[in-house]
Amino acid sequence: MSNHEPRIEPRSGIERTLDNTFYWTAKILAFAIAGILVWITIQVGIKAMPAIQEFGLGFLTTSSWNPVSKQYGVWPAIYGTVVSSFIALGISVPIGLGVAIFLSEDYFPPAVQRIIVFLVELLAAVPSVVYGLWGIFVLIPFLKSFTPLRGPGMLPAALILSVMILPTIAAISRDAITNVDQGMRQAAVGLGATRWEAILQIILPAASSGIIGGIMLALGRALGETMAVTMLIGNANKVNPSVFAPSNTVSSLLANQFAEASGLQVAALMYAALILFLITLVVNILAQLLVTRLQKI
Amino acid sequence: MTRMNLKKSNNNPESGFEAFSLKRNPTSPRTLFGLIMSGIAGLSTLLAIIPLFIILTYLITKGISSLSASVFTELPPPPLVDGGGFGNAILGTVIMVGIGALISVPLGVMAAIYLSEFNEGKAGAWIRFATNVLSGVPSIIVGVFAYSAIVLTFKTYSAWAGGFALAILMLPIIVRTTDESLKLVPQDVRQASVGIGANQYQTVLQVVLPATLPAIITGITLSIARAAGETAPLLFTALFTQYWPNWGNRLAEPTASLSVLVYNFAIVPFKNQQELAWGAAFILVLLVLATSIISRLATAKRTY
Repeated sequence: MSNHEPRIEPRSGIERTLDNTFYWTAKILAFAIAGILVWITIQVGIKAMPAIQEFGLGFLTTSSWNPVSKQYGVWPAIYGTVVSSFIALGISVPIGLGVAIFLSEDYFPPAVQRIIVFLVELLAAVPSVVYGLWGIFVLIPFLKSFTPLRGPGMLPAALILSVMILPTIAAISRDAITNVDQGMRQAAVGLGATRWEAILQIILPAASSGIIGGIMLALGRALGETMAVTMLIGNANKVNPSVFAPSNTVSSLLANQFAEASGLQVAALMYAALILFLITLVVNILAQLLVTRLQKI
Repeated sequence: MTRMNLKKSNNNPESGFEAFSLKRNPTSPRTLFGLIMSGIAGLSTLLAIIPLFIILTYLITKGISSLSASVFTELPPPPLVDGGGFGNAILGTVIMVGIGALISVPLGVMAAIYLSEFNEGKAGAWIRFATNVLSGVPSIIVGVFAYSAIVLTFKTYSAWAGGFALAILMLPIIVRTTDESLKLVPQDVRQASVGIGANQYQTVLQVVLPATLPAIITGITLSIARAAGETAPLLFTALFTQYWPNWGNRLAEPTASLSVLVYNFAIVPFKNQQELAWGAAFILVLLVLATSIISRLATAKRTY
């Protein structure tokens, strides 16, 4: 009768090999994803080397971009990148925070709220090139009708950027706000605070690290955003303090010149790409640290 | 005793505490401030959604009017020539997104399996972090990288280089959605599987993955829709062409795509090409909206 007794058999050799292969494949592929970041840095860095050796750090402060005399500098592009991103943040941070607060409070029943959240998320799903197309044919003519704007320029680019980064700010701030312990709100209201006193003095400060993380994530997106900005900013490689004047960003410099570049110009563009990559990397890492800290609370 | 005292003092105006002060006063500065702030928050929400509706309205009115059956089968027209379409761009987008999916789906799903099934302390946290950082890398940088890694190596613009760039952009989305959906499978399911003698790979491939397959497919669809709309990484990897993709050359030559077509035809002064740009943009947005809505409905029904 012994063959009716349950027996525990060890894994067969084949089974064990399959199991280990599966485990190691998953592990190697997972590490490969982290490896891609390193690969990007090295690959772009190597190709940028000739320009790094040629121009050094002066590349950052030089204003000329002249393939004929082989003089390259990205100061106007960096200026345009930073200014357009910060104008966009200036518009979308207050609005995004307003959206986040409005959609985390009980102004509407949950079903309606979910629909509005979805609509705001859809803004992030519209392809960048479609924003650019709309900007060229609708936004610029509209702005021209009542401002000194004469064509593409900093203002339409920054406005479109603010629409594009708004969903990031709204979604992450809303997550941060809804993650705040309900007990804190109840305590505040119990002490006699009104809804907005509780929001401004208790909930927003408690959610601040997540909100700042969301804003930085949006900043990273704005700094690297390419198509819409390229189509709207005018691609003029000079520093002009007026928001109605054409300007340039690092990403639009790349988008415009890469396909036709050769020799040292490619290296200079790679150098510019490396700078943009490192800036967005730092901003993103800081943002991720702030947002993950939020999830641990 | 204390309660008695409290009650007494509440009713006694001489104690300095008046019961009616607990009532909401509709004209007090605090209430008005709250009302104004609520108004501002509501207004900003309205302000945030308006652009979506304006853009959709323009896309629908301008996009649909430029669409016809020939648009899907013909080649892009030269300037000032009527008619034509973007059949080659649709095919090119399908090919490159397909290449991207072939690379990123196995890689992303396996990486997510490692993260959620074999997560070993710090390594998993680091890889999740790296995935999040990767999703923040600007798409133009991914294009520069693909140019330098593929185009410069093989000395030709190609659909492969474009697909490779798209794969890198799709990866973080696939890893994150798969990882999150795997986490939603209850631990009991895995224990039951192991309990009846399944190995690790059997548990994962035959029990856990099938249980959450709809959510994974949703994530993949979402990443495909996003990739189809990406322009910057294709600008100097796949470039653009007026012609059909060339199978005889194993796709190792410039390839058209819908998104680059929108860009190229938006910045030219020719009316017929501009109209095609609106038509292509309409198709791209339709694709993104449809997948977003379907995926939202699919994940809303998720039961665990």
